[in-house]
Amino acid sequence: MSVLHAQQNPQLNRHGELTHLLSIEGLPREVLLRILDTAAPFSEVSEREVKKVPLLRGKSVFNLFFENSTRTRTTFEIAAKRLSADVINLNINTSSANKGETLLDTADNLAAMQADMFVVRHASSGAPHLIAQHLGATGHDHIHVVNAGDGRHAHPTQGLLDMYTIRHYKADFTQLTVAIVGDVLHSRVARSQIHALTTLGVPEVRVIAPKTLLPTGVERLGVRVFNDMREGLRGVDVVMMLRLQSERMQGALLPSTQEFFKSYGLTPEKLALAKPDAIVMHPGPMNRGVEIDSAVADGGQAVILPQVTFGIAVRMAVMAMLAGSG
Amino acid sequence: MPTSLPDAEALCNALADTLRAHIDPAATALVGIHTGGVWVAERLHAALGLKIPAGSIDVSFYRDDYHQRGLHTNAKTSQIPFEVEGAHIIIVDDVLYTGRTIRAAMNELFDYGRPAKIDLAVLADRGSRELPIAATFCPHSLNLPDAQMLALERAADGRLAFRLVAKEAATESPATPSRAKRGGSGNK
Repeated sequence: MSVLHAQQNPQLNRHGELTHLLSIEGLPREVLLRILDTAAPFSEVSEREVKKVPLLRGKSVFNLFFENSTRTRTTFEIAAKRLSADVINLNINTSSANKGETLLDTADNLAAMQADMFVVRHASSGAPHLIAQHLGATGHDHIHVVNAGDGRHAHPTQGLLDMYTIRHYKADFTQLTVAIVGDVLHSRVARSQIHALTTLGVPEVRVIAPKTLLPTGVERLGVRVFNDMREGLRGVDVVMMLRLQSERMQGALLPSTQEFFKSYGLTPEKLALAKPDAIVMHPGPMNRGVEIDSAVADGGQAVILPQVTFGIAVRMAVMAMLAGSG
Repeated sequence: MPTSLPDAEALCNALADTLRAHIDPAATALVGIHTGGVWVAERLHAALGLKIPAGSIDVSFYRDDYHQRGLHTNAKTSQIPFEVEGAHIIIVDDVLYTGRTIRAAMNELFDYGRPAKIDLAVLADRGSRELPIAATFCPHSLNLPDAQMLALERAADGRLAFRLVAKEAATESPATPSRAKRGGSGNK
């Protein structure tokens, strides 16, 4: 990696090592592959009698959740604990008036408590990046930041665990057709998935959604857009469903969830249009009967629970790589 | 520099002969340390006709230089296909050096259970120990300057051979060699 690149990318240190994980966008293919390769031996750790390795012994990992999430927070907590770190969970109310100041004040306070890593979830895009920048500017660049989901921007560990899952079942990225289906507009997961898939060389990434749930200019990310789900699913190897984020919707983007299910819900009948060995993924939590039929969610092609298991290994790999960087 | 390197094939045979006299083939489990130790363990397993499948261990997650050198690239998955609790285990490696790898391997094994007994079998002991660890079975000892590493290699036809490499090249680097804060070794 060129020195210039390393200097420009806030996620890489001057030796080109991953020091923060803020976004998949801008990470070179080799770094993504190295994370996936590193995750494989970590997945074995979780099957042992003692599900723990000593890499982060004596390190303090702070889960800073400015937005609720039981699931993601729990998987990060498990991953950090299986690396022997001490984990401190902070659920921070975002309703205070001056959010920018609160965010950096919080970071300063935790840095003063000798934190080693921040896992940050925030409703505002760019919040983890801002914290990482601030830590660098205040002489705390030994504290590593992991983005656990920021606004509509990115959810890099979800994107990575999805790639790990695809590689587990499909091996070669460069032979695949992958469809991402549903509420792309509100989805930071979709953005991370698209960047990861294109970086890893997937030749055809499709996005299937109604026009009202597509961000403008999504084609520029290198995807083929389909408004008709049946047409879009034809011959795909991987179906990645998204959660319909009703809580983020203002106004009438959709007639009703029933209407949405009729057009964009994954049913056995629609799934039959994909390749017979296609896998079905979902980042959870699922809205059964809204974006996915129970017969598919619980069916033989679904790999939704393995995604959760792989997510622990991928998060362990990311944290171990960050904490071990200079 | 020694005029001739030990013959790895001959040492493999000698080690197998020694072990044959000391072990119960139905109740002894081998665990090879990646990568050279795994090759030697495979050989010994076949030569001794052991009943318990051989395990393999990659000590990347237990190394004592993680905070200096970062996480090892190309960490392999450890595979222990037998019950560690109460087992007689022989840890197998190619070369015994500082003893730090063996310390890490023992720590890792105890996370699978409490073995009844652990022995250590290596092809060669090159001295320079940094921990109070000794091999139970070792057919060859030699002294090497600190700047040199004794590396085991496996040819396409499966034959094992030793080679001398300069330490800098032998250092299995973390992400970038330039970062090493400590002039480290292969941590054996």
